[in-house]
Amino acid sequence: MNAKVSATIAVIITGAVLLYGVADFPDFGDPTSPANAGVEGGAPSASLHFINESYKETKVPNLVTSVLADYRGYDTMFETVVIFAAGLAIFVILRNLRSDDPLPEPLPATEDRFIDGDHQRIIVGTTCRIAIPLVQIFALYVVAHGHHSPGGGFQGGVMLGASFILVALGGNLRDALARLGEDTFMRLASLGILIYAAFGLVPQFLGRNFLDYGVLEKIFLTDGPEMARSHSMLGVEVGVALTVMSIMFAIFANLSSRGEMRGGL
Amino acid sequence: MAEFLWKTIGHHFNFWVYIVLLMLGLWATIAKNNLVKKLMGLSIFQSAIILLYVSIGTKEGATIPILDHHGHIPSESHHADVGPEIAAHGVANPLPHVLMLTAIVVGVATLGVALSLVQAIYRDFGTVEEDELLREIKSLHPDG
Amino acid sequence: MADQFPAILVLAPLFGALLLGLVGDRDHRLCLPVVAASLGTSLYAAVGLLRRVLAEGPVNYFLGGWEEPLGIGIVLRADSMNTPVLVLVAAVALLVACFSRRPAGARDSEKSPQYYTLFLLLCTALFGITITADAFNLFVLVEVSALSSYGLVAIGSSRRCKIAALNYLIMGTVGASFYLLGTGYLYLSVGSLSMPDIQTILASNEAAASSRAVRTAFVLMLVGIWIKMAFFPLYGWLPNAYSYCPSATSSLLAPLMTKVSVYVMVRVMTGVFGLDWIFGHLGWNHLVVWFAVVAILAGSILALAQRELKKMLCYLIVAEVGYMVGGAWLGDAGSWGLTGALYHILADGLMTLTLFLAAGIFAKRLGAIEIGDLSGLFRKMPLVSVGFVVAGLAMIGVPPTCGFFSKFYLIRGGIESGQWGYVVALLVSSLVNAVLFFRIFEIAHFGKNPPEGHAHHGESEGEGHEAAIARVAVPAHALAPLLLAAAGIVLLGVFNGPVVDFLRESLPAASAAAPAP
Repeated sequence: MNAKVSATIAVIITGAVLLYGVADFPDFGDPTSPANAGVEGGAPSASLHFINESYKETKVPNLVTSVLADYRGYDTMFETVVIFAAGLAIFVILRNLRSDDPLPEPLPATEDRFIDGDHQRIIVGTTCRIAIPLVQIFALYVVAHGHHSPGGGFQGGVMLGASFILVALGGNLRDALARLGEDTFMRLASLGILIYAAFGLVPQFLGRNFLDYGVLEKIFLTDGPEMARSHSMLGVEVGVALTVMSIMFAIFANLSSRGEMRGGL
Repeated sequence: MAEFLWKTIGHHFNFWVYIVLLMLGLWATIAKNNLVKKLMGLSIFQSAIILLYVSIGTKEGATIPILDHHGHIPSESHHADVGPEIAAHGVANPLPHVLMLTAIVVGVATLGVALSLVQAIYRDFGTVEEDELLREIKSLHPDG
Repeated sequence: MADQFPAILVLAPLFGALLLGLVGDRDHRLCLPVVAASLGTSLYAAVGLLRRVLAEGPVNYFLGGWEEPLGIGIVLRADSMNTPVLVLVAAVALLVACFSRRPAGARDSEKSPQYYTLFLLLCTALFGITITADAFNLFVLVEVSALSSYGLVAIGSSRRCKIAALNYLIMGTVGASFYLLGTGYLYLSVGSLSMPDIQTILASNEAAASSRAVRTAFVLMLVGIWIKMAFFPLYGWLPNAYSYCPSATSSLLAPLMTKVSVYVMVRVMTGVFGLDWIFGHLGWNHLVVWFAVVAILAGSILALAQRELKKMLCYLIVAEVGYMVGGAWLGDAGSWGLTGALYHILADGLMTLTLFLAAGIFAKRLGAIEIGDLSGLFRKMPLVSVGFVVAGLAMIGVPPTCGFFSKFYLIRGGIESGQWGYVVALLVSSLVNAVLFFRIFEIAHFGKNPPEGHAHHGESEGEGHEAAIARVAVPAHALAPLLLAAAGIVLLGVFNGPVVDFLRESLPAASAAAPAP
């Protein structure tokens, strides 16, 4: 009871402070608000620069992708690191490495048969077998087509992760782990960020700042730094997708099997 | 009265909604006894902030921030045939979307870690109710 | 090479972490060399950056090469305010890494590659937080540091550490979300995320500077950072999280997390909103100082009530956070309070490191969790005792340790701004620290009959009381970091003059005032 009273007081104070600020907000949907156009009498805001100039500077029509992977690429790299850290934290918290019987389990217990080993699995299993390749192809499309349509590494990576989760849901976790083992996905997660960071590091060796993709035109042999930026963005999106896929599946595998990485569900 | 309400709330409708959601989430985070419900509250709290950011980036009548293949602002938007300054108003502000992609990812990551902690707590203590956990700890360490 | 120091500083531990993620579990012996090498690189870069700032003034590093117009890309900025903090973070992390052989509880020791990966990610994030000049990037890095520290706390072998970690997670997430909310309000009002850009806009645009949304933004960011730094009413998560986790974790988190959060507060105050705006537009700085007074007193009193050594140290951190918040908000004309707060970040980092390293050694070698278990300490491990005594004296504020000088500057700020309550609170807190530490010294020197808490004894148990007085060997990898940190306490105190002069270069109001004594 006491907690509820104090919570109510804290929440009301917070709400009041927030409302106090809202009174001075620009109108909802106002295209000339400071965030959209810059403060009055000041320089135009960064977002106008993105809308007007980013295609010229990066040759990427999807402005969200160009801002995400280039202008604020440093943020995005650490966003991927957040995912990686979460995967490691979950591993550290839940994973039980001292299982007494490391060999594959004997036949599933009676309760598990309905999900795991019996004929009822046929419908679910077949549907999943059909759906999974389609999901994966669409995921790859989303990763690769992030320059021109909504999508990119995070969205595609989540879909790829989901396809492996579907393997586990439609069949069992052991099947999914046979396709994407624990060693593999933890390494893939590091590898994804490594790909991202490598795209930042190579420009440093060419005498420019971290993540300055433009200088990579010497390596990609593109005409002009803009296309080099565009290609590099695809590269970092692939890295992001690898990490996100691995960690999404890692979260599922750990949570669903209570860190045992066998049996589960 | 209706006019007054429209003036205060109408132009800021999304912002009022986000505040209500945020308060709900924060209340659940603090007051709920069940750890999983606490985490649900935390998620609502974070989603409310995402609503705030996305509301910042909207422009009336604007379309999604994806240009056509020649780098022009899509023609179906309302302001396409005017100067570049105004034409930019036909495309939503991309920056808040970028920021919120990050915040969503952070939210998912945090939720994953939190759920795994709850599962570990359940494995160790056999309960996810906060008061039962406190009682359990008290019985283990009588001096606090 | 020297141009790239700001990036190298952040990237070296990141690449170390990725390397461990790729190959760490093949061979666990690889972990420590990789950690030491990457943190060593960071330390080298931090010192290089410090020297460059000393010679040339502030350094800006434009990520992705996005320099013009200001605010479209992310900028790293090293100046005389954050380079000392960077050096502190690098040095502390390196010392803790040396200290931390076999970090996790015995049950989880096969997870040490993951432990060290998280360790390095935490260091990456702390460097990034300290050096960034972008309000949103700060949030992302705060979350990186938070998630890795949840893992580092939860790896402990005690059952309670999971609950402590969950509490820490919920509070930490709420804190970071408040910061994010504040950033949103600020972005909505000024349309920029780059700290220098925001400051220029607020200084030049009266409409933006006086808007309610900007004030709300400031309050929200401040509350978020306060939760992160465990400022008094919001400190609930800290004591359990820091005392139930492995020693290596607490020796890393305790000196760095709260201190970096204090730095973030000072940065937000001076580098985003500007002191003129805060003390001109708000006018409730006295209130915050009184909060700090309450924090100092409450932290000290709660510390007195503790029987466990680590818990006591945790409450002392709460009091020390009060010192720094109060000092930063004094608002005296010469900025002495702010100077004291910045200097105290460095001083408190070293003091806390030494104390937690010592507490870790006591817990491991003597099985001493409670203060009463420390009887005969001075004879059992004389060298460790030297370090512990130096840190204790610094906490009390005995010259020539750095603790004395930080209190000196803070009190000077308090007197010049007429905040007598703050001055009294500082003196009372010193008195309480004296009581606390001399009580421990007494037990350690004269000994005390083993109390009922004898069950806590680990290795020394069963050897009898006679054997317990004999010397206990402490391996060099644990002893050396402790003594280096203690030496740092004395050195920082002796060379306080140049350090303070350097710190004050970045404070706007301080440049005109008299030089440091």
